Amino acid sequence: MFILITGLLLGGTYALIALGLNLQYGVARIMNLANGEMLVAGGFAAFWLYTAGQVNPVAALIVIAPVAFVANWLIYRFMLQPLVKRAKSRGALEVDSILATFGMSFAFVGIMTWAFGGGYFNYAFLAQPLEMFGSSYAQNRVVAFVLAVVIGGALWLWLTYSRVGLNLRAVAVNPASASLVGVDVRRASALAFALGGAVTATGGALVSMFFTLDASVGVLFTMKALIIIIMGGVGDIRGTIVAAVILGIAETAVARLIDPGLTLAAAYLLFLLVLLFRPAGLFGKARG
Amino acid sequence: MYRRTVMQLAAAAVALAAGAGMALAQDTIRLGAAAPQTGPLAGGATVTHWPAVRLWVHQTNEAGGLQVGDRRMTIELVEYDDQTNPQQAIQAAQRLATQDQVDFMVAPYSTGMNLAAAPIFAQLGYPMITGTAVTDQQPALAQQFPNMFFVLGRTSVMAEDTANVLVGMRDRGEIGNRVALVNVADAFGIEMAGISRGVLESNGFEIVYESSYPLGTQDLAPVIDGAKAAHPDAFIAWSYPGDTFALTDQAIVQNFAPQVFFTAVATAFPGYAARFGDQIEGVMGMGGVNADDPAFQAFAQAHMEFAGQAPDYWASAATYATLEILGQAIEATGSIDRATVLAYLQDRSHEYETILGPVNFNENNDNERYWTVGQWQDGVFRGVAARGRDGAVAAELFDGWN
Repeated sequence: MFILITGLLLGGTYALIALGLNLQYGVARIMNLANGEMLVAGGFAAFWLYTAGQVNPVAALIVIAPVAFVANWLIYRFMLQPLVKRAKSRGALEVDSILATFGMSFAFVGIMTWAFGGGYFNYAFLAQPLEMFGSSYAQNRVVAFVLAVVIGGALWLWLTYSRVGLNLRAVAVNPASASLVGVDVRRASALAFALGGAVTATGGALVSMFFTLDASVGVLFTMKALIIIIMGGVGDIRGTIVAAVILGIAETAVARLIDPGLTLAAAYLLFLLVLLFRPAGLFGKARG
Repeated sequence: MYRRTVMQLAAAAVALAAGAGMALAQDTIRLGAAAPQTGPLAGGATVTHWPAVRLWVHQTNEAGGLQVGDRRMTIELVEYDDQTNPQQAIQAAQRLATQDQVDFMVAPYSTGMNLAAAPIFAQLGYPMITGTAVTDQQPALAQQFPNMFFVLGRTSVMAEDTANVLVGMRDRGEIGNRVALVNVADAFGIEMAGISRGVLESNGFEIVYESSYPLGTQDLAPVIDGAKAAHPDAFIAWSYPGDTFALTDQAIVQNFAPQVFFTAVATAFPGYAARFGDQIEGVMGMGGVNADDPAFQAFAQAHMEFAGQAPDYWASAATYATLEILGQAIEATGSIDRATVLAYLQDRSHEYETILGPVNFNENNDNERYWTVGQWQDGVFRGVAARGRDGAVAAELFDGWN
C-alpha cells in the first residue's frame, strides 16, 4: 500500500512536470527544451509569493497561471512564430525549435540567477504528515497529486468535448488538413503553447512545495518530461498521465523492494520497452 | 544586485585609478576568481564560496589594502562563472592568467572543480589554496602539484570521525548497535559510505539498512521508509544539498527519529535551519565550526552585513581563510611575485592566523587542524568532533522531530 500510494503521488508530480510539454509539443509542434526552466520559474514565483507575502502556493496559482499564460503566448508570438513561418516541413520546425528553446533555456537560467541569485530555494508549506492506511505521507504531495488529477482531468475533458479543444486536436493530428476545414492553425498553436506554459508553471509552483530548487535545476525536469511524453504518446493527455503514473509506481517499487540506486535504470528500461513494442508511445498513433 | 553594481563601480574606479597611476607603479593586486554561478553546484557556491571571497576583498580594501613592502595595495576582484563545468573552469583560469593578467587566483569551488583546475594552476604557476576540496589524495596531489594546498580536511578522516562519534555514544551506552547507512551514488557518497561502513563494522556495529540513490533524486520516501522499517539506532546519509533537504523532510513526515540523524552536505547551511526551524535540534552533519569563537562570530556578523546572508557553519570560514593565508603570504614576502609567494607558502615552518585558528601546512601541503562533525544545538551548528581544534562540544542524542 505504501508503494502504491507513494508511487501514485510521485506519478502525480511527474504528470505535472510533463503535461505542459505535451501540449506544446503535441499541438504547437515546439519541442520546448526550456520547459524545465519555465517550471522552475513557476516554483520561484510561488517561493517568492510565499516568503514575501505569506501567500499560500495553491492560492498563488490564480496569479502564476495567467502570468505564465501571457508570458508563454508572447514567447510563442515573438520568438517561435517566425520559426514556424519559415519552416518548410515539420522536421525543419522541430530542429529549429529545439535549437531556439535550447538557447532560451540558458537565457532563462541567466535571468533567474540575476533575479534570485544562484542559491537553493525551499520553504515549508503543508510539510506535515497525513496518515493513510497505516503510513504517513506528506500533505503537500497529496495536495499536488489532487491538483494534478484536477488539471489533467480538466484538460482531457476540455480537449475532448469543447469546440476549441476539437480544434487543438485537429491541429495535433494534421495542421494542413485542419486549416482546410477552417481551423486557425496559428491561433490554435499559440493557444496550446501558452496553455502548456501555464500548466508547466503551475506544476512548478506545486512542486516547489516539496522540492529544493535552484536556478540551474530545470534541465532535470525537462529530461523527465521528455521521457514521459514520449512514453505516453505525443499529443495525448491520457498517455502522459498513464505514463507518469506507471513511472512513479515502478520507480517507487524498485526503490523500496530492490534498491533505490536502480530507480533510474528502471525508468529507462521501461522507456526502452515502450519504444521497442510501441514506438509511437502507449497512446500514440503511428504516423503514416 | 545593488552590491554587485557597487562592486563593479568600485572595480571600475580602481581600474581607472590603476590606469592613471600605471606610469608610477601598480597599486592594485588583481585577484581572479572562477567558480559556479550557474550549473549544478551554483547553489552551494552561492552559499559558501562567493560571499566569503567578496567579503575578504571588501574588508581588505576597507582596511586600506595589503601592505606589500612599502606600498599599500588594494585588491581588484575579477569574477568568472565556470558553469560548474570543468572545461569552463580550465578556460577561465587560462583567461584570467593571459587576458586579465591577474596576479593571483582564488581556488575554485568543490573537490571536483579543484581537481579539474589543478593542472592549469600548476602550469601557470599560481598558488592554489583550496577551501572546499576534500579528498584523500593530498600526498599524491601535493607531489604532482606542489602549488596546491588544502585547508578543509580529508574525506577519510571525516567519514572516520562520523563513525567514531557513534562508537563513542554506543560505548557510553547511549545508543545501540544498529545503523542505517545511505548515500548518493557518486564518487563522494560511495567513498564516504565505504569508509564509515568499515569503521562501524570493525567496531561491532550492525548495518541494518544500506542503499544508495541516484544523483539529483529528491523523491526519497522509499529510502526513509526502508530505513525506518529496519529500526536503526542511527541514520547516516552521505548526501548532497537537494537530497539532504528531501531526506530530512521525509523523515519528519514519516516521523522517522532514530537517536542519531546525520545528513552530510548542506546540513551546516543557514538555509537548513531556515527551512526546518527548531525541528532539527540534535541533527548531525558534515563539518562544523567553533561557533563560540569570537573570530568566527565576527566573521559571521560581517558576512551577514555584507552579503545579507549568514555563512555556513563549515566551508565558508575555510574559503575566507584561504584568502587570509594568501594575503599574509603576500605581506610577509612584501612581493606580488607569484614564485616568491609560492616559495613562502611551501616553507612549512610558516603559520597563518585565520578565523579557523592557526593554520599551517604539512609535507603534503595539508592543514591538519579542522572540524569533521557538527550538530545543531540551540539553533547553532556546533562542532562535535575535530582534529587538532579546541572547542568541540559533546554530541547529544537526537530526541525526535518536535
